[in-house]
Parts: sequence; C-alpha cells; structure tokens
Amino acid sequence: MNDRYSRQELFAPIGKEGQRRLGERHVLIIGAGALGTGNAEILVRAGVGKVTIVDRDYVDWSNLQRQQLYTEEDAIQRMPKAAVAAERLKKINSSIEIEAKIMDVTPVEIESLTEGIDLMIDASDNFDIRMIMNDISQKKQIPWIYGAVLGSYGISYAIIPGKTPCLSCLLETIPIGGATCDTVGVIAPAVQMVVTLQTAEALKWLTGNEEAMSGRLTSFDLWKNEYASIRVDKLKKEDCPSCGVRAQYPFLSASNLSRTAVLCGRDTVQIRPPKPQSLDLDALGESLSSLGLKVERNPYLLAFQPDHRRLVAFRDGRVLVHGTKDTAEARSLYHRYFG
Amino acid sequence: MKLSINGNTVEVPDNIRTVSELLQHFKLEQKVAVVERNREILEKKDHPTTEVRDGDVFEIVHFVGGG
Ligand SMILES: [Zn+2]
Repeated sequence: MNDRYSRQELFAPIGKEGQRRLGERHVLIIGAGALGTGNAEILVRAGVGKVTIVDRDYVDWSNLQRQQLYTEEDAIQRMPKAAVAAERLKKINSSIEIEAKIMDVTPVEIESLTEGIDLMIDASDNFDIRMIMNDISQKKQIPWIYGAVLGSYGISYAIIPGKTPCLSCLLETIPIGGATCDTVGVIAPAVQMVVTLQTAEALKWLTGNEEAMSGRLTSFDLWKNEYASIRVDKLKKEDCPSCGVRAQYPFLSASNLSRTAVLCGRDTVQIRPPKPQSLDLDALGESLSSLGLKVERNPYLLAFQPDHRRLVAFRDGRVLVHGTKDTAEARSLYHRYFG
Repeated sequence: MKLSINGNTVEVPDNIRTVSELLQHFKLEQKVAVVERNREILEKKDHPTTEVRDGDVFEIVHFVGGG
C-alpha cells in the first residue's frame, strides 16, 4: 500500500470508508472529448474502482487546446480518443481498472455498456446521446450527471432516478440546432468548470455522501462573470415519458436511430453501417490502394481522400466523412466505397 | 428598470412586461431555459404570463449541448 489517496482520506466527509466505497464503484464516461478527458482524469486519480470511457472519434489538432489527455503525436497519428485516453489513464493510476470502447452509443450499445454501472458521466456533445442516457438511467435506476459547455458558458445537473426530475422533465422540448462548439468555439476554463461541477457531485454520490449533493441546476458564464443555480425539484413531471408513472423510455426504441450524424466541432458526417459489423481494414486498404487511392493506417482505423474529402473507416464499420456537413453527399461517398 | 440576473444588477428596458419578453431581450427565446423569479421556479407555460417588475431577482439557466 502507498499513500496515493491519503489527502482524500483526510478529507473528513470521504475518509477511509468513502475511499473504500469509491474503489468498489464502476463509472461509465460517455465521450472522451474535453469533458470526458477532464472527468476521467479526476475520477481515475481519485481511485474509482473501474472506469469505462467510450468515444466514436479520433484525435484532431483542434482538440489539443482543451482535451487534456492528448498530445500532438496523437493528432498526427489520428488515434482513437478512447484508446489513447485509456492508455494515459493507466499510466496515471495502474491500481484501478480502465476500459476503452471505440464505438458510437445508440439504444443498442447502451444496454450492455450500462451493465454493472454505478454512475454515468455525460461528456457527450449532443442531445441524441443524452436522451438515450436519460432513458437508460431511468430504466436501470443508474444516476447520471449532465454536463455541457459552449463558449465561456457551462451547465451541469446530477439526475438521480426516483429522486430528482430527469432531463426530459427539465427540457420539455429537446434543444435543436443553434450554436455548437464548431460555430462559436469554446474555452478551456469553461470546460474545466463543468468538469469540476460534475466530478464534485460524482465523488459525493460514489463515496456515499448523497446528502451533500447540490440538487441544483447550475450554470455559469466565465466571460460575463455570471453564476446561476436553481432548485428544480418542482419541475419533476408525473406524466414524463422517461421518468413518470407510466414511463416508456421513448429514446431507447431503435426506431429513433439515425444512420447519419453531423459531429459537433467538426465539418464531419458520421455514417453507421446498416447493422453492426466488423470491418477488415487490411482487405479494405488493399482494395482502395488498387483503385489508386493513397491509404493511411493505424491499428484502429483507415483514412483515404477521394474528391477532396477525407474518409475515415473504423473497425466497427463506422465511417467519418470529413469536409462536409451535407449528409446526402456523405452518404453517396459512403456508398461508393462501402457498398 | 433594474433587475438582478444571475447575481448581477442589470438595467433592462421598461417595456419588458413578461418573462417571455425578458428571455427575448436576452435572445434566449429559441433556447430551452429554466427561470426562477424571486426564488420561485417557473413552469415554462407560465413564462408568457409572469410579470417582470423593477427589483425582481432572476436566475436564468439555459441548456447547451457542447462537450
Ligand atoms: Zn422526467
């Protein structure tokens, strides 16, 4: 034994007992971008027993300004975020279990991802995934901590099934379109502030200090020097489709599943295969090369550039089409090379 | 009139009568926002009818999606 956790154990509300509990918990972090890497580093250092981190993307130069686990080398190699994050996290704390999942999260994947999970951290960049998290949270009674950031603004709220309102209760209608980080940008301090709000609530929950949780919807703007915090208990709705008395978890039904998605922060469209498959990247590389295309590879993905667009194919069959937000154009490129 | 919004004192035009108009003034009408007026949380359906008066204390939180 070393004294890795001594300062945290000295903090009375956690103590040795809280630390022991923390070591028995399994946290699922959805997203390995700015919020995901920040949350993961704090929770891994704190000694959560097992951390699973999921992401569908790879490291890009535009990530390095705020995504704290990545280096220039990762951007050059276009390494998948989840794999690199897990590798760095294992160097930070080798005494806990860390698991990487390179995949998209849909109603299909969320069922198995949440098996044995004590808490989910929202580090995603869109409401499609958040509504899925919200429904599985209610269905399986797993708390989750919403967090989001844009510009110098951030927001967070911890959702505990059976106690607090859920995200559907708070939103009523799902925010669509509007600004994202590829249109108005984002600064790292705002990311870190949301990470702070999320991990503080996570530590309270995971160490058995539920009574210390804020119960508040909290937002801030670091540029306008504003801070707001609202008790939202009264917004819990009896007839909520996700957490109400006759909950139906609408976002877990596969009919809501879209095959294409425009990625936040990128001029990029993601296309999923019609059904889960595993892509033979070696064979694909050979056939693309025989068409005269220059193919770049790392162990996780393959990239090539037809028609001034860049296509990146992952082992799980997903393809990212860079250089466009036009889903029709992206789909036509996909069909040309992947059938 | 003077309002307190998210901890800051803010001067807003006197022709703002309702919470909905206040959200419009801050260009938040397209966004999903949770509003608390004088420590009372408001239902969304009450935004168009809840009056805004000089000296009111507001907390306004709007949802964003980035991560
Ligand atoms: Zn609800």
